[in-house]
Amino acid sequence: MSETFLPVLAGHAAGADAPDPVTPKNVPYHDGAANPSATGLAEKFGAAIVRTDVVWGETTVIVERSQVNAIVRWLHDDPAQRYDYCSDVTAVEYRDLERPIEVVWHLRSLPYRRFLRLKALIPRGQPLEVPSIWDIHRGVDWMERECYDMFGITFVGHPDLRRILMWEQYKEGFPLRKDFPLRGRFSRSEQLRQALAQNPEARYSMEELSIAEAFEDLPPDMRQRLGAGEKVGE
Amino acid sequence: MGLSPRPAANVVTVDPQSQESWVTTKLDFLVNWGRANSLWPMPFGTACCAIEFMASAASKFDLARFGMERMSFSPRQADVLICAGRVPFKLAPVIRRIWQQMPQPKWCISMGACASTGGMFDNYAVVQGIDTIIPVDVYVPGCPPRPEGLLYGIMMLQEKVKQERMADRSLRNEMEPDPTSQLYIPPSMIDELSEPFGNSIHQTRSGL
Repeated sequence: MSETFLPVLAGHAAGADAPDPVTPKNVPYHDGAANPSATGLAEKFGAAIVRTDVVWGETTVIVERSQVNAIVRWLHDDPAQRYDYCSDVTAVEYRDLERPIEVVWHLRSLPYRRFLRLKALIPRGQPLEVPSIWDIHRGVDWMERECYDMFGITFVGHPDLRRILMWEQYKEGFPLRKDFPLRGRFSRSEQLRQALAQNPEARYSMEELSIAEAFEDLPPDMRQRLGAGEKVGE
Repeated sequence: MGLSPRPAANVVTVDPQSQESWVTTKLDFLVNWGRANSLWPMPFGTACCAIEFMASAASKFDLARFGMERMSFSPRQADVLICAGRVPFKLAPVIRRIWQQMPQPKWCISMGACASTGGMFDNYAVVQGIDTIIPVDVYVPGCPPRPEGLLYGIMMLQEKVKQERMADRSLRNEMEPDPTSQLYIPPSMIDELSEPFGNSIHQTRSGL
């Protein structure tokens, strides 16, 4: 961390003569002005870009799912794009069983004041796997875990992909999938029995809180207590 | 809505001139009077009911009138667990642990529809009534209940406390969950308590 920290000013890369942002009016439902990054993506990645949709002025680029990491990397690094903020990772499953499951990334370029939505389609019958972009945006850690927890989508390359909302031993499946019953698969007494059998304190350990690495920075008395074997939880 | 008048046996008349500053009473009455008027709450607020609970504790409704202004954020110094809000299954072992950490005598108020029955959240994630996890003394209906509703529940609990008898040891029996399943009531009873009711019986079991 030798380089100096520079705050990102929204829109500063768009140039001094760029117009001030205004609330858009009379936005067409389809075929509005696309985000300029979409053409850049099409030039750079070609066949990996399946389609570009503009709906209500927002650009959605549907990409080949194997290329997601490279595309996000390029959007992040390219000086003409600078998508430095990933605000959401989620998935969509449709009631129509023929339609593929979509994984959605919401990217925002603060320096250019741009918003871009990436989608990757996973056809039915194929393994629910997409590349993780954790190595580019560290903030997607918990979002990818939530997406895995709710939809069962595996983010290949995520360092610690486990459930985040439901407990880790949760056996009933992935709650936001369309084939998941609203009340769950088990009886209420069985659900309660499994819930009471979880050990919530097992993860609130030094490992989970990552204070093991910071052990040397702790106050001496705390270090002494923890070093003497005092443990929180089971 | 209103309370029945207090039984006459609970009234002590003090006449300092004739009694020279001493009174006689029953030990049960004295202990219960002290307990009922100093119920320290353990607030277990998980949702919007907790906002109403905070309003009850604030100056306008003023829980201090009941000797409850001292919120006990440690279960070991608490008398009454007030569960305000829905409890997801992930919190079930937590509220169970908090209840077990509270020393006797202890009571529990289930505040609001979600804590009492699961409310509108008849889904995979929410416990259908905390009475499937811990014993509950007073249920306060409402979504969320107004502070008046909570105060009424608290006064009902005070009435309950005032009717307790020290000779009745069974009041202080600690809940003993089944060692293998950790349930304290039979599974069939939990399934019965958790049956869908009202509008939610029309919901399908599956999205497909």
